[in-house]
Amino acid sequence: MNPDDRKYTREHEWVLVEDAAAGMALVGITHYAQDQLGDVVYLELPQVDAAVGYLAKMGEIESVKAVSDLYSPVSGAVTEVNGRLAHEPELVNNDPFGDGWMLRVRMSAPSELDELLDAAGYEAYLGEL
Amino acid sequence: MAAETANSDNLRTALYQTHVGLGARMVPFGGWDMPVQYAGVIAEVGAVRGGAGMFDVSHMGRLHIGGPNAAGLLDILLTGSASDLRLGRARYCFICNRDGGVIDDTIFYRLSDDEFLLIPNAGNRPQVVLWFDRQLAHHFDGRGVQITDRTMLTGLIALQGPDAARILDGLCEDFAPGARLARNPGRSPQPSLLRPFAWGRGHIDGRRVFVGRTGYTGEDGFELALGASDAAAIWERLAEAGAVPCGLGARDVLRLEAGLPLHGHELTETITPIEAGLSRFVRRDGGFNGADVLDNQRVYGTNRRLVGLTMPGRSAPRAGYEVLANGAPVGAVSSGSYSPTLEKCVAMAFVETAYAEPGTELTVDIRGRAAAVTTVELPFYRRAS
Repeated sequence: MNPDDRKYTREHEWVLVEDAAAGMALVGITHYAQDQLGDVVYLELPQVDAAVGYLAKMGEIESVKAVSDLYSPVSGAVTEVNGRLAHEPELVNNDPFGDGWMLRVRMSAPSELDELLDAAGYEAYLGEL
Repeated sequence: MAAETANSDNLRTALYQTHVGLGARMVPFGGWDMPVQYAGVIAEVGAVRGGAGMFDVSHMGRLHIGGPNAAGLLDILLTGSASDLRLGRARYCFICNRDGGVIDDTIFYRLSDDEFLLIPNAGNRPQVVLWFDRQLAHHFDGRGVQITDRTMLTGLIALQGPDAARILDGLCEDFAPGARLARNPGRSPQPSLLRPFAWGRGHIDGRRVFVGRTGYTGEDGFELALGASDAAAIWERLAEAGAVPCGLGARDVLRLEAGLPLHGHELTETITPIEAGLSRFVRRDGGFNGADVLDNQRVYGTNRRLVGLTMPGRSAPRAGYEVLANGAPVGAVSSGSYSPTLEKCVAMAFVETAYAEPGTELTVDIRGRAAAVTTVELPFYRRAS
């Protein structure tokens, strides 16, 4: 269920390296996260060019029920924000690993990826929750 | 992201396995493991506003209070009169402490001259039972009232929405109202003929149900008390008839849209019904716990008042957030959410009375961001009648 082409945080974000040479990666939240949140209605995300930090707060995600912090899986600079989410936040529920992506980031420290969980490790982690 | 998980120490309703089988997400609530959502809060809210939804509300208590002094005791404990309540009817009111604070809000039904069914909130049931026992010892030498807690022997399903009456009429057999129906159309009585806050009894598939025309969503609807062992079968029949399973998440949004208070938020032991704008459920002739304080507040007013707040957008004011006027704190949000029905954010808040007038422009501190809100009269949503 969790794609094995990407890495995961224990806070239920994912990072997918699109272009290792250029250090470009996509960031989003997992199926488990969106399922826990329920219907997503609002996202507060950083702007283009903003800096994000490894496991540092990068924004907020709000469902009908509650609001939660979002943490960046990697350090870097935001190069693109998924503009569709402003009007279609339900994409996070419907396609968390695809159209529901949140940020495109130019990574400043790709070695941080080694600290994150792979899909199998994340599955095992979910099993402990 | 923090995870909530169901807790094995919690109580489970007779429908627990039904919920798990439906893929509901279970969360702890008031000492019970309860479904917070099935398909999703927005879809479930839409089902109740546009069709029919059903909720397992078995976590709420079923206390039977009987005996020759039952009405007399309830008259002391409740802000609504028990001795004036006619057979076949129900009433919403408060169980107040002597300071007028609210131990619980409740609906109680008069089953016979000397028997009442009282529904406390899930988490408050132990305190309510203790309070009643202590008060009984104080007022009637402990005589003439039996308090029987039938919560674990029974279930409670709320069927709510514009289609609720049609669905229940189609399923309910040998229906007998608790009091003669006001309208007598010359055919056999049906649940849809009950007035709001009236009750009756009938059968669904041969299983006994107690039917109250009550609810907590702002829609027409019923609450069905039934035997615990019949709960799953009746739930199934309601689902086949078109009732959509709904969880506590949708229930909270629906009651907030309808401006209905939730104990622990708009009502607590340190908030009075007058402050919460609910004086119409407090009788004026006194004689009950807290009456002096509440009468005083009714005459002289209160320092704070419950108001509705609305704001555009989808990032909602949440319980506990500070309310400000010209940068100075004047109150706090008690409940708030994005409203899928109204497509804006709604909240209830206690504010200093000077700022309670409808149309007042205030701000709410949403995690460091000052969001402009407007005070409005409650409810936010009223169904077309």
